[in-house]
Amino acid sequence: MDDAGFIFASYIITFGAVGAYALGIIRRARKSSREVPRDERPWL
Amino acid sequence: MTTTDTNTSTNSSPRDRVTGTPFTRGLGVVILAGMTLLIILGIFVSPADVNQGESVRIMYAHVPGAWLAYLAFVVTGISSAAYLWKRTRSLTWDRIAGASAEVGVLFMGISLVTGSLWGRITWGTYWTWDARLTTTAFLFVTYIGYLAVRGLGGTHQQRARRSAVLALLAVLEIPLVHFSVQLWNTLHQEASVAGRGTDVEMDGLMLFTLFLGVAVFTLMYVWLLLHRQRSLALDDMLDDSGLDNALTARRAEAQGVAR
Amino acid sequence: MSKELQGSAGVFATARLISAKDLRVERRSRVLLNQVLPFALIVMVMFAFALDSDAILERVAPGLVWLATLFSVLVMVSRSFAVETADGALDQLRSAGVPATGIFIGKMLALMAQLLVLVALLVGAAVVLYRASFSWEGGVLLVTTAIAATCGLAAVGTLYGGLAAGAKGRETLLPLLLLPVVAPVLIGATRATESAFGTNGIAISEGWPWLGLLVVFAVLFSVAGAVAFGPLLDD
Repeated sequence: MDDAGFIFASYIITFGAVGAYALGIIRRARKSSREVPRDERPWL
Repeated sequence: MTTTDTNTSTNSSPRDRVTGTPFTRGLGVVILAGMTLLIILGIFVSPADVNQGESVRIMYAHVPGAWLAYLAFVVTGISSAAYLWKRTRSLTWDRIAGASAEVGVLFMGISLVTGSLWGRITWGTYWTWDARLTTTAFLFVTYIGYLAVRGLGGTHQQRARRSAVLALLAVLEIPLVHFSVQLWNTLHQEASVAGRGTDVEMDGLMLFTLFLGVAVFTLMYVWLLLHRQRSLALDDMLDDSGLDNALTARRAEAQGVAR
Repeated sequence: MSKELQGSAGVFATARLISAKDLRVERRSRVLLNQVLPFALIVMVMFAFALDSDAILERVAPGLVWLATLFSVLVMVSRSFAVETADGALDQLRSAGVPATGIFIGKMLALMAQLLVLVALLVGAAVVLYRASFSWEGGVLLVTTAIAATCGLAAVGTLYGGLAAGAKGRETLLPLLLLPVVAPVLIGATRATESAFGTNGIAISEGWPWLGLLVVFAVLFSVAGAVAFGPLLDD
């Protein structure tokens, strides 16, 4: 396949960035959730 | 200083759900499956394009990302208007606007990178001063500024008001930038290269892969939006519950360390 | 509530008072004269060092004039709101029931007047340093371009300056917010000035459509600012 490096790179960048962002959200939320009572979360 | 996860907290155990619900978990599984299928189809199974060659494979990740970024900014605009309108005023709208802008900036950043990789293969250059590309770059910077304004501080209402006005100003700004770049561009060079190679006859499998990409990115957007919106809500509640709680927690922690 | 009480006359009276106040502050402090104008001039000289060729300088003179203007706008907007927020003056104005639209128009007009002086000086610098020249007809185009462009810049500058006013870190935030928005002004004003200078043999008649772009920009953001300034300060 021509330009395989570019193609793999774009998929890795795409899903890598989304994955890293998702993990970041979850970690930050875990951190702040320690201080917030469970019954104050409307989505639960 | 880092807080350790072993620190037993009063409200939630590590297994506790924080921003997830059964719905978002199911969504996550579907996304992972769809992502895997997209990678297999996009990189290995689908055929190379007649004009673009192998580089078309980048498009299955690039095009949906760009579309969803535009959609995210539209959502930001609409929820900002909903916040400013007195009858629907609610900080939830503000948090949706903020979460959507953040996801939009992420997707747009990714699209700019993958797009320039694609351009390097297809056009031989990372960037052209095409109106669409330039407007996209401006959108990217504008919403980075929007996110910076959200981080300025003040009360939640101040933040919401400021950022909502800014989001509506962006709606005014973007068409003007696009129009003026287009006007500038047509004098400088012949019609953009962006049109080239995009309106080709698409093979069935290629079309399916593209639609799969759009579907996967839409689900990713929804997942990210829900989680981010909830984590923003958590942050706001944390601010509201005051520094007191946080301070007592830190003090207890410090005593634990001292002992 | 104050808006209903004072009516539209109140808005314009406020605007006149505010702009007179801003210009008086400038006349006494001479920040524009002693700091911003020399800054813009040194930028023009630095461009000459960077580009290092008379031919290129002559070619890009219009763009450099407007780039130097944009850089100076950033400084001037910061200054314009530093005056207001230093002693919480803006909050006091608002709590005294002064109409926000009046404050916006007043600050915008004062900024526009200062910008016009700056642009005039920069065009002079381009004539002296970059060998730019223009005919009478080009002069007319140049003056109208300068008025429309500075009006747009002043409107956007006041609006975003007000947005960031009083917040920590606004000095660094303002360029990020402002520069993307004023891109149409840079494009329009540069092209119009190119035809006024006759750079690369561009005819004067080609400049008028760009002037149209500048006018549209100025009108849109003046209206947007007059409407949005109140909600921005209200919190």
